[in-house]
Amino acid sequence: MAEKKKCSAVITEQRRLTPDIFSMWLQFPEEYNVAGMAAPGQFLSLYCRDGSRLLPRPISICEIDREGRWIRVVYRQAGEGTKEFSRLRPGETIDVVGPLGNGFQKHSGKNLLIGGGIGIPPMLALANELSGETEVVLGYRDGALFLKEDFEKSGAAVYVATEDGSAGTKGNVIDAIQKNHLSAEYIYACGPIPMLRGVKEYALEKGILAQVSMEEKMACGIGACLGCVCQSVSKDSHSNVNNKRVCKDGPVFDVEEIIL
Amino acid sequence: MNLSVDFAGVTMKNPVTTASGTFGSGAEYSGFVDLSRLGAVTTKGVASVPWPGNPTPRICETASGMLNAIGLQNPGIDLFLERDIPFLKQYDTKIIVNVCGKTEEEYIEVTERLAKAEVDLLEINISCPNVKAGGIAFGQDPKLVERITSRIKRKAKQPVIMKLSPNVTDSAEMAKAAEAGGADGISLINTLTGMKIDIYRRGFALANKTGGLSGPAIKPVAVRMVYQAAHAVKIPILGMGGIRTAEDALEFIMAGAAMVAVGTANFNHPSAAFDVVQGIEAFMRKQGVKDIRELIGCVD
Ligand SMILES: Cc1cc2nc3c(=O)[nH]c(=O)nc-3n(C[C@H](O)[C@H](O)[C@H](O)COP(=O)(O)OP(=O)(O)OC[C@H]3O[C@@H](n4cnc5c(N)ncnc54)[C@H](O)[C@@H]3O)c2cc1C
Ligand SMILES: Cc1cc2nc3c(=O)[nH]c(=O)nc-3n(C[C@H](O)[C@H](O)[C@H](O)COP(=O)(O)O)c2cc1C
Ligand code: FES
Repeated sequence: MAEKKKCSAVITEQRRLTPDIFSMWLQFPEEYNVAGMAAPGQFLSLYCRDGSRLLPRPISICEIDREGRWIRVVYRQAGEGTKEFSRLRPGETIDVVGPLGNGFQKHSGKNLLIGGGIGIPPMLALANELSGETEVVLGYRDGALFLKEDFEKSGAAVYVATEDGSAGTKGNVIDAIQKNHLSAEYIYACGPIPMLRGVKEYALEKGILAQVSMEEKMACGIGACLGCVCQSVSKDSHSNVNNKRVCKDGPVFDVEEIIL
Repeated sequence: MNLSVDFAGVTMKNPVTTASGTFGSGAEYSGFVDLSRLGAVTTKGVASVPWPGNPTPRICETASGMLNAIGLQNPGIDLFLERDIPFLKQYDTKIIVNVCGKTEEEYIEVTERLAKAEVDLLEINISCPNVKAGGIAFGQDPKLVERITSRIKRKAKQPVIMKLSPNVTDSAEMAKAAEAGGADGISLINTLTGMKIDIYRRGFALANKTGGLSGPAIKPVAVRMVYQAAHAVKIPILGMGGIRTAEDALEFIMAGAAMVAVGTANFNHPSAAFDVVQGIEAFMRKQGVKDIRELIGCVD
């Protein structure tokens, strides 16, 4: 009856992309191939070995190799948990529950992917799987770019914005969209709340369907604790109080659905 | 080997349940744990109407524990009866429904609505530190504890467990007050009120400023309070607070708990509650214990 489980994945590669961003490939066991079930926009709960850190770290799926049973995650060293992950070496294992949440609804047509900061990684899994014309706008703080070449390899046209102007358009992702006269039928976005607000405003103004991936502190990661809610326009299925659970009802939502 | 226990007249196949609020109504965890292998499932607090809960962030991690300030978000008794109870009835496990309210009348309304429902026990939460009205306000004064217990008892069709707070000077006194009010059991501990400050943002980690501390960090406090309550009252005790392994659970049982609940540990390991059941079994086999009841309160 109990068909889901916490499983142990083997780290097959660990690489530093910038001073504080790391890339890690995880391989899953044959009998529990998390990669085989994964879709762009979903996330993994990664657990610390240090027993004093009880809560899982939600990390987005950045790339998927279903046959090879691999998932790539790209993460910022934010605190002690992610510092611990960055010290793991190939051959070591990490406990994982996943894939969790709902991914992006994929459309064929003119797609615009927008990633800001540590919201960039999940957009790569999506870029790899979208057919049709795909443009990607990546927003960074400074010139320490990461994953840009990976997006280019996916076949997408890539545009960059940096806050300090050291690469691409100086400013934010919306500035880059305007400067490069980008247009789209569908928008997919992940990044900090101020960026998502800008994306929402832009999408509503242009009448473009947009999906955004949200972030909130989590405890269970599976919809039981009600820790990770965000305010929604419609009633949530759990409590009927306009509080959607980021982990279970999201993390990807239609932008009109979320109060930002 | 016998693992079954009798708790307030209800026979449980083993002494392990889930701590309210950490396991929903079981649906989300049912993929990870066969609910039929648990002695009981204890559901998240339910009120007479839906509650939206507190603003976010509601969660923060602390050393060997966490703070939460969910604020008792819940769907209200109507949807709960329609959806959650039928879900749990599919499993061969007992159902403990945790009840919350802002006024005595609200607790009583929920108790009455549950009268015809197929639930085995009620657990009355008079100890939530995260809501302003109700909750803990009832749990900190022995006179109020006794009064609300006896008012609920008059209406309840199922045995009533009063869930007590550790945020009091003398929890044993509250246990006695609940017993005097006619409670059929005591559960403890709820979370300890705590606070975390984000020094970089110069603000509170939780939007509610304070939250309830749970997890292994509180276990020694919980074991002590269970021990003291067990010596203060005759009614059975459902012990919880930081249980992560069978060894932790056995400490509570030996201190006097007839049942134990696994809470925060579910977040660390989604099959934690079942792992505790299996671990207790293994311990008994190794130690040649034939009946779990030999262990309840064996450390005096
Ligand atoms: C759906 C989702 C997807 C994410 N994907 C990525 C990703 O692909 N790459 C990446 O670098 N980061 C991602 N994050 C953020 C990541 O979860 C946090 O940076 C990480 O948990 C920090 O852990 P820590 O122990 O290093 O930091 P600490 O600050 O020590 O963590 C303490 C606690 O707070 C939680 N926490 C801290 N920051 C966040 C945050 N921003 N969001 C949620 N919980 C947090 C931790 O999980 C932990 O429980 C994602 C968050 C969510 C909700
Ligand atoms: C996220 C969360 C939500 C909780 N919600 C409730 C609740 O609705 N009702 C209640 O009586 N206790 C609630 N509790 C308290 C737990 O049931 C339990 O008493 C406490 O967490 C101590 O046990 P633990 O350390 O094993 O988690 C909650 C605890 C947590 C962590
Ligand atoms: S983290 Fe528990 S409901 Fe989302």
